[in-house]
Amino acid sequence: MLNTFTKTKLSNGLTILLKEIHTAPLISSWVWYRVGSRDEAPPLTGISHLVEHMQFKGTPQFPASVLDRAISRDGGMRNAFTFLDWTTYFETMPADKIDIALRLEADRMINSEFDEKEFSSERTVVISEREGDENEPMFRLGEAVQQAAFRIHSYHHEVIGDMADLKTMTRDDLYKHYRAYYVPNNAVMGVAGDFDTKDMLARIQELFESIPAGPIPPRLARPEPEQRGEVRLSVEGPGETVYTQVAYRFPPASHPDFFALSVLDSLLAGPSNLNMFGGGGISNKTSRLYRSLVDREFVVGLSGGSNVTVDPFLYQITLIIHPNKKPDEALAALDDEIKRVQADFVSKEEIARAIKQARANFAYGTENITNQAFWLGYSEMFADYKWFETYLEKMLKVTPKDVQRVAREYLRPQARVVGTYMPMGNGESE
Amino acid sequence: MSKTKMNSLPGPEDIHREVLPNGIVVLARPNFNSPSVSINGYIQTGSLFDPDDKLGLADFAASALTRGTANHSFDALYNELESVGASLGFDSGLHTTSFSGRALAEDLPLLLGLLSETARQPVFPDDEVEKLRNQLLTGLAIRMQDTSDMADITFDEILYHDHPYSRSEDGNPESIKAITRQDLVDYHHFGFGPRGMVIAVVGAIEPKEAVRLVHRAVGDWKNPDQRELPQLPELKLLDETVKHHYRIADKPQADIVIGTNGPLRKDPEYMAASLGNSILGQFGMMGRVGESVREKAGLAYYVYSSLSAGIGPGAWTVSAGVNPSNVKKAGDLIIKELKRIVKEAVTEEELSDSQANFIGRLPLAFESNSGVAGSLLSIERYDLGLDYYHRYPDLVRSVTASDVLEVARKYIAPDRLAIATAGP
Repeated sequence: MLNTFTKTKLSNGLTILLKEIHTAPLISSWVWYRVGSRDEAPPLTGISHLVEHMQFKGTPQFPASVLDRAISRDGGMRNAFTFLDWTTYFETMPADKIDIALRLEADRMINSEFDEKEFSSERTVVISEREGDENEPMFRLGEAVQQAAFRIHSYHHEVIGDMADLKTMTRDDLYKHYRAYYVPNNAVMGVAGDFDTKDMLARIQELFESIPAGPIPPRLARPEPEQRGEVRLSVEGPGETVYTQVAYRFPPASHPDFFALSVLDSLLAGPSNLNMFGGGGISNKTSRLYRSLVDREFVVGLSGGSNVTVDPFLYQITLIIHPNKKPDEALAALDDEIKRVQADFVSKEEIARAIKQARANFAYGTENITNQAFWLGYSEMFADYKWFETYLEKMLKVTPKDVQRVAREYLRPQARVVGTYMPMGNGESE
Repeated sequence: MSKTKMNSLPGPEDIHREVLPNGIVVLARPNFNSPSVSINGYIQTGSLFDPDDKLGLADFAASALTRGTANHSFDALYNELESVGASLGFDSGLHTTSFSGRALAEDLPLLLGLLSETARQPVFPDDEVEKLRNQLLTGLAIRMQDTSDMADITFDEILYHDHPYSRSEDGNPESIKAITRQDLVDYHHFGFGPRGMVIAVVGAIEPKEAVRLVHRAVGDWKNPDQRELPQLPELKLLDETVKHHYRIADKPQADIVIGTNGPLRKDPEYMAASLGNSILGQFGMMGRVGESVREKAGLAYYVYSSLSAGIGPGAWTVSAGVNPSNVKKAGDLIIKELKRIVKEAVTEEELSDSQANFIGRLPLAFESNSGVAGSLLSIERYDLGLDYYHRYPDLVRSVTASDVLEVARKYIAPDRLAIATAGP
C-alpha cells in the first residue's frame, strides 16, 4: 500500500503535511500552534491553556453548541492539548465528514469571540482542573521539582499555570494572547487518512489561504544557566506513601544525543512510549532499575522518561518508596545503577532489545489513524517529520560507547534535582 | 473523498469463531494494516469467590500468575516478553478474570505460550508473593488518598449494601495481609480452567493460523476440579436516598458519585438506557449534566454519566470533581437533571443526535486491534450474535423517546438515590 506524503507551505506561511492512508474510512486532522506555557510570564501563567479552553466556546459562524453537536453527531472524536512548547487541536472523523473539521479549524484560527460570560465560567472550570491536579501527590511533587530545575527559563511553571494568575487574568489578556500567536505562519497542519492529496490540499487552500499572516511573536527563551550542585527539596502533604523524583537535565529532541539517551532510558527504566494514541503497555520489569530497586525492595514501583521539547528539559525518574525503606536508601541503590552504566559498556544485545521495543511501540502506534496524523505535526514542533521517519535508523546507529558517554554527560548528580513527597498521614488526628 | 471500502464493521463474514475440544472459544479477525497482534480474553473465575476475610484474593492471584511458572522465574518470564516489546497481564473482575496481551505478529507464538504457562502452571514463589503483597498494600494506601476511587467504593457500598457487588475487588489492608500462599494455590486450582474461557486474536495473522496457535497453547488444558461461580442473590433496592461521605483530609477537590442501579447488559432495554445515558451525560460536552454543571455553572472540570451494565445488576451514575465548597450546589444540579430525565421524554433532536453518534463512531471504535477484540468478547459474553454490528444501526434507530423515558423511570428514582462523596 503506497502512503503518499506531501509537505508544503501556503502563501500565508501555514505549513501543511498530508499523508494518505487507505486502511480505514477515517481522516484525522491536527492544527498545531507554536505557543505553550514556556511563552508565558507572570502574572499570565496558564494563559495558553486557558486560551485552548476558550477555543471551544465558538465563533459567530460556529457557536459552541452547534459545533459540538455537529461533530458528535457524525461520530467524530476531537480534543486539544496544551504543552510546554505547543498547543494542538484535532478532529478524527469518518472520511466523508472531515469537511466540518477543516472549516472549524480555519474559522477558529481567527474568528473566536472569547465572550466575557463564557470566560468567567471557563475560568472556574480551569481552577477546578488545577484543584483536581493538586489532589495528586505526584502533581505537587512534580511541580516543585520543575520549579527548582528552572529558575530562569520559562519551563519553570506547570502548563496549567499558577492559581494566583488563573484567578486574576482577564478576558482581554486572553484575547490578546490568542491574536498574537494564532496566525497561520505560526501554525502547522497535519492531516492523515483516507483522502486524495490533490483534493485535500485544494480544500485546505480554499479554507485557510485567505487568513492573513501576522508577525511571528518571538519565543521566550532565557537559557537556564548550568546547575552547579545538587538541589534537594521536600513537599509535605496527606497520605502514607513516600515518592521520590530525580530530575536530570536532558538535551532537546533535535540534539544528536537524544537517540543514545532513548536507548539509555529503555535500559534503565523500560521503553518510553512517544505515541499519543496507542502504543505503550510494554512493562519495565526487567529494566536495570526495576531489577535493582523493585526486586530488591527499595521501592514498590518506578518509572522513567523525558519530555520531547524544543529547549533542554528534564529526564525524570519517579520512585514509589517501599514502606519499610527510607528514600535515601532507594536513592543510593539508584546511584549504584547509574554508576554502573557510566563505568561499564552496556552489551550490544541490550541495545538491540531497546530497538526492538521501539519498533513494537511504533507498530502499535500505527494501528490508528489519529496517532499517525499526530506525528505529522508533532515532529514539526521540535524537529521535522524526517525526525520521526528516521527514528529507528538513528537508534540503530547507537553504540555501547555512545550510551556510556551520554550516561556520563547527562546523569550527573551535580546537575540534578531530587524531590521527595513526605506524607503526613491521613489527617485523622487533626 | 473516501476511496476505502475496507475495514467494514466486523460480522459473520470476517469473524472466525471456533470451539476447541476442551470448550475454549476462539474468536479471530485479521487486520494486516499494522504488523501487530492483540489477544484478549477471559477465564470464568473472579472475586465472587473471595471469602469475606480474604477480600482481594482473586485480584492478588491474577497479579501473581506472572510472578513465576513451572518453566520461568518472574524475571525470566518478563525478559521473554519485554525483549520483544510484548506485554501480557491478567486482571480479576467479579465474574471473570480477563487477560490481554500484545506483540508483533512474529512473536504471537511466544505470547500464547506464556499465556498458557501463567494461566495453567503458576507456582506462586514465596518471595515473589511477599513482594507483591507489599506492592498491593502500597496500592491500597494510595487508593485511600484518591477521592475519585473512594467515592466510587463508597457508592458501591451504599447501592449494593448486602449484595456481593458491595465488596471491593482489591480488598483492604487487613484482608490482603490475611491471604496466604496456600490460599492462592487453592484458589488457582478450583478457579482456573478451560470451561467458559474465551480468547480473541486480532491483528496481522490469518484466523485459521490463530486458531491453530491457540489450540497448540491451551487445547490440551483440562481441570475437572474447576468450580462454578456462586449464584448472585437478588439486589435489594434502596427505599430512600442514602448519603455517605468518606473523609480524606487536605484535598483541594472532592468527588461526588450520585446514582442508582441499572439494567443487565443482556436486557432488551439496555440500548434505550444507553442512549438515555448518552443524553444525560455523554453526548458532545458530556450531555445535559455537562451543560448544566460545567458549561453554565463552571463548577467542574469533569462531570459525566455512565452506565455500567454487565452480567449482574449494573449501576447508572453521574460523577463529578468539584471544590469541597461546591459539593451541595453541584449535587443539586445533578439531581435536577435526574428528575428531569424521568419527568419528561427527551426531545427527538436529542435522541437523534445520540443515535447518530452511536452509529457514526463505529469505524473509530474498530480501528485498533484491541478495540475489535473487546467487541468480539462482548459479542460472546452477552450472546449478541456475530451479526450484532450489522444489526446495530437498526437496533439504535429503533429506540424511541418514550422507550428512553420508560427505562429511565424504571431505574432512576430521584427520591431513592445513592449519594457518595469523598474529600475533606
